[in-house]
Amino acid sequence: MEITIIAETNDNGLHPVTSQMVAAATSLGASPTILCPGGVGTDSAASIEGVGAVIGVEGDCFASFDGGAWSSALNSAISGGTVFTAATANGREVASRVAASRGIPVIQDATGVSAGLTISRPIYSGKAMEEVNVSGDCVVSIRPNAFSPSGTGGTASVSTVNHSSDVSVTVMEAIAKASERLDVSDADIVISGGRGMGNIDNWAQLEAVADQIGAAVGASRAVVDEWGLSHSIQVGQTGKVVTPTLYIAVGISGAIQHLAGMRSSKYIVAINKDADAPIFGVADYGIVANWEDALPVLKDALSSL
Amino acid sequence: MDIAVLIKYVPDTTAKISISGGRVDESNVSKWSISPFDEYALEAALSMKDTSGAKVTAITCGPARSEKGLRDAAAVGADALVHIVIDDLMSLDSTKIQGLLAAAVKQTGAEVVFCGKQAADTNSGSTGPGVAELIGAACVTNASEISGEGGVFSVLRPASNGSERVGVSAPCVVAFDKTTSELRRPNVKGIMMAKKKPIESMDSDSLGVDVSGSSATINSQSPPDEKAPGQMFEGADSISEVVQKLRNEAKVL
Ligand SMILES: Cc1cc2nc3c(=O)[nH]c(=O)nc-3n(C[C@H](O)[C@H](O)[C@H](O)COP(=O)(O)OP(=O)(O)OC[C@H]3O[C@@H](n4cnc5c(N)ncnc54)[C@H](O)[C@@H]3O)c2cc1C
Ligand SMILES: Nc1ncnc2c1ncn2[C@@H]1O[C@H](COP(=O)(O)O)[C@@H](O)[C@H]1O
Repeated sequence: MEITIIAETNDNGLHPVTSQMVAAATSLGASPTILCPGGVGTDSAASIEGVGAVIGVEGDCFASFDGGAWSSALNSAISGGTVFTAATANGREVASRVAASRGIPVIQDATGVSAGLTISRPIYSGKAMEEVNVSGDCVVSIRPNAFSPSGTGGTASVSTVNHSSDVSVTVMEAIAKASERLDVSDADIVISGGRGMGNIDNWAQLEAVADQIGAAVGASRAVVDEWGLSHSIQVGQTGKVVTPTLYIAVGISGAIQHLAGMRSSKYIVAINKDADAPIFGVADYGIVANWEDALPVLKDALSSL
Repeated sequence: MDIAVLIKYVPDTTAKISISGGRVDESNVSKWSISPFDEYALEAALSMKDTSGAKVTAITCGPARSEKGLRDAAAVGADALVHIVIDDLMSLDSTKIQGLLAAAVKQTGAEVVFCGKQAADTNSGSTGPGVAELIGAACVTNASEISGEGGVFSVLRPASNGSERVGVSAPCVVAFDKTTSELRRPNVKGIMMAKKKPIESMDSDSLGVDVSGSSATINSQSPPDEKAPGQMFEGADSISEVVQKLRNEAKVL
């Protein structure tokens, strides 16, 4: 099976999902070609085990993100077959564009792939799963952390091509993040607070625990709306969908729209004073306690690790 | 300026999703609504109508029940309504749905398209950029703020280091995230007018889109994997034990 992977890159080079996409492709018997937009991360891509070839696609359009320009430039470097991207905001956009321009279907947010090609994915914000069968080529975006990464030690050849395209989305102003904290979508550990934390003055206590273990801080919609926190930290249906290895929910009831954003986390810890709170239904470790008592103990226990 | 807003009528986010015969049982859905992000898209279009007199056309593609979504949009101020009648949306893959919506947008003559960043049922986020590709338009996704008029917009979207304000001009598609403006509520007059508003009905034939032969088909839909019940602990004193378990049992610390 012929698979081309569009690498997911960030300021530090390759996003970890790139290696996970390679694992998904090799599980189908492919020896994928990786395209690196803007030529970013070609050497690390070549060292991923199972990669057939790496192509750095260089062009002026890669200086900022314009899904139309990126997909048209990348498309020139795709010979055919099936294409994988990451199921991130940019990856989904490129996936849709590439699929539409080739007249083939796009299936987003795959959590499983098997020969055939059969793809599993969550729908209705995780309230159900769906298995899709595709005959012929397609574009698939792969959900971060759904596949284990491929090994390192690969020695694929690296080449470079030049393709650019007209940019029609221009960046006028960059606005830096208010805090230097990790983004909830990228973090391995997320600790989120909800209305049960009383008021905004108590938020620093949550942040202190997060800092102890290098976790990102998330929030329920109730506190984002009512306490004026940044929407970028909201977890849930109308916020971000996160899949960290550990998610700690503090004073969050577990409304269905919140669960939609975090239920696929690998391990879930919930701290809530109400033993009947729905959040305990998805928790691996549920602690019935007041946050006022729980957070200081948690901070101490983490610091003595 | 004409703005087409793509609205999908979906199970309300509070509705229970049940499965029957390997498919989501739509007959069992207690409440249907306009998909949440599409509401933000609609509100953005309506506020442009308020400030610069844009004409707002709401377009939906789906079965007969979707008409209610169009009436709801009319009740808050959509000027024209288009219903692409498709009985079973799930039988169509992305190429077909985007083909239908793109053809309908072209028929309305709108050069600006607003939609949701992802629909509450598919959760895909494919349609905005896909329609943009088909109509030869620029696209900005995850918009949380928009300003501008005359088809020249400034849009706020997330970026790797925070957020950024980007410029984009018609023809363009803007796919909305949550914004600070919730969809306005209808008043009695709006609801009365909406009942009488004509709906332009279209289908694959009238749009000239061949909807046969989707190459992606749904094998099955199923409930999510049941999670094994977790371990419960009482009181803050149990936290050290949980932390030890996270380290030794789950191996995540
Ligand atoms: C269309 C739509 C989209 C939505 N999208 C989202 C979304 O993306 N994300 C999201 O989170 N929500 C979303 N919601 C809102 C959601 O329905 C809930 O209202 C929200 O998640 C509740 O937030 P919460 O758990 O912080 O507050 P509450 O539901 O008020 O829960 C507070 C919890 O704290 C506990 N508590 C109280 N005091 C203490 C204490 N001292 N110590 C420990 N625990 C305590 C309580 O027992 C309770 O369980 C959406 C709703 C709609 C309609
Ligand atoms: N059948 C449809 N009818 C109208 N709009 C749609 C339809 N499907 C998708 N859309 C629009 O495209 C957005 C993204 O949908 P999706 O790609 O399915 O996640 C939705 O939020 C709607 O704005």
